[in-house]
Amino acid sequence: MTDPKIRFEKVTKRYGALVVLDQLQFEVAEGEVVTIIGPSGSGKTTVLRVLMTLEPIQDGIIWVGGEPLNKMWSGDRLVPASEAHIRSVRSRIGMVFQNFNLFPHMTALENCIEAPVQSLKLPKSEAVERAVELLEMVGLDDKRSHYPSQLSGGQQQRVAIARALAMRPKIILFDEPTSALDPEMVGEVLTVIRELASAHSYTILLVTHQMGFAREISNRVCFFDQGRIVEQGEPGRLFESPRNERLKLFLSKILQA
Amino acid sequence: MDWQWDFTFEVVLPRLWEAAGVTVYATVMSFLFALLGGLILMLLKTSRFRLVSFVAGEVIEFIRATPLLVQIFFLFFVLPQFGILLPPLTTGILAISIYNSALTAEVYRAGLQSVPRGQWEAAKALNIPTHRVYQRIIIPQSLPPIIPALGNYLVAIFKETPLLSFVAVGEIMHASKLIGSQYYRFTEAVTIAGIFFLVLSLISAVGIRAVERYVNKRILH
Ligand SMILES: Nc1ncnc2c1ncn2[C@@H]1O[C@H](COP(=O)(O)OP(=O)(O)OP(=O)(O)O)[C@@H](O)[C@H]1O
Ligand SMILES: [Mg+2]
Repeated sequence: MTDPKIRFEKVTKRYGALVVLDQLQFEVAEGEVVTIIGPSGSGKTTVLRVLMTLEPIQDGIIWVGGEPLNKMWSGDRLVPASEAHIRSVRSRIGMVFQNFNLFPHMTALENCIEAPVQSLKLPKSEAVERAVELLEMVGLDDKRSHYPSQLSGGQQQRVAIARALAMRPKIILFDEPTSALDPEMVGEVLTVIRELASAHSYTILLVTHQMGFAREISNRVCFFDQGRIVEQGEPGRLFESPRNERLKLFLSKILQA
Repeated sequence: MDWQWDFTFEVVLPRLWEAAGVTVYATVMSFLFALLGGLILMLLKTSRFRLVSFVAGEVIEFIRATPLLVQIFFLFFVLPQFGILLPPLTTGILAISIYNSALTAEVYRAGLQSVPRGQWEAAKALNIPTHRVYQRIIIPQSLPPIIPALGNYLVAIFKETPLLSFVAVGEIMHASKLIGSQYYRFTEAVTIAGIFFLVLSLISAVGIRAVERYVNKRILH
């Protein structure tokens, strides 16, 4: 097997005395689609946030594509990563947030060209060309000059996906991408994510409560509880014959709901 | 009521006209310096260096906790003791600017904090450099709350300028008092000074509303 695309090596994340990730060991292979499930407060969002470097970790190492993220090599020693190093590794990762976080003062198109122009220093014309393609891909070509406030939740989330893709990430993180949506808009967003998953060119890490969708698109499902992976496996197996008691309880609650 | 139109046109208006210029000048200069001073104080207060931010915080508290008139007197009588001899108008503008810097610093801070954390996080996830995040994402979104607040301080400063009459700056209130004591007639001069403040305050309020609407339209849609 090749190097995993993402590897958490004994990663510990604490907020004060609260241990949110407890010496977490976790790997994702290149091109793999992994779904994280688990009860509220189990640390699912935190896994994505530390990987996106939105939160520092207190202990352990996160590896991305064989390179350390929170550390860097100095000769043959690992030292705390510099801002430049973090930026360069982070550029391979894109994130889609639960509540979209679009820039409200920019149109859909402007949202999608902002980072390519400001961060990748692409010429504007090239950034626009790419953004238009991506907006077409998410089915919003005709909404490019709309502001976020003029779009439905589902449309906003699709713009947010296009915006993340515009940076050409290898890894995409989705944190409950449909939780903030009205039920009738969930489908359109899942359709886009499904397409990305089946393209096999992205490594995808998804947090969701949509068990049916998790089952359909994931290569592997990880059940988190109290900052650790308690059980993981191929989705059919995990959902049909869970072994861990807490997973059984979690699934029965979810299926009842 | 005993109102003399001759006196009004021949004595009061010409002298107040000149003094009104001083009032407007003091207002505009104080406002501009307060905009800049507040920015500097806010940057110092949010500094990474604990000592700097602590001292800036204390200075802001101190300025806000003392009356402006006391600060005007303080600068007026204390600066010369250190060999700093400034014209009264300059000293007055300095005092009003410093006082209002402490207030505008808070406006800037509150404005920046009103931008949701998710905006920072999205920008960081997109790897946008920090100075660009401020310039293109955070500052534009903080303007809608900042601009009306700054507009209120412009009007407040305008209404604070009569305090300068206590240190003999020839602004409109001072001129009214002089006319009054010279001719033993206060009604005309004080009334016209009042109308002057009323009219300019109203005009500013309309102007501020227009700027506010323009900014909101450009930024919030
Ligand atoms: N900024 C923070 N400060 C303090 N505690 C935090 C912070 N962010 C998260 N936590 C705590 O960390 C724990 C894990 O949070 P996390 O958001 O990862 O949970 P989650 O599994 O995503 O839950 P949910 O399903 O509700 O989204 C929770 O107990 C939460 O209260
Ligand atoms: Mg969460």
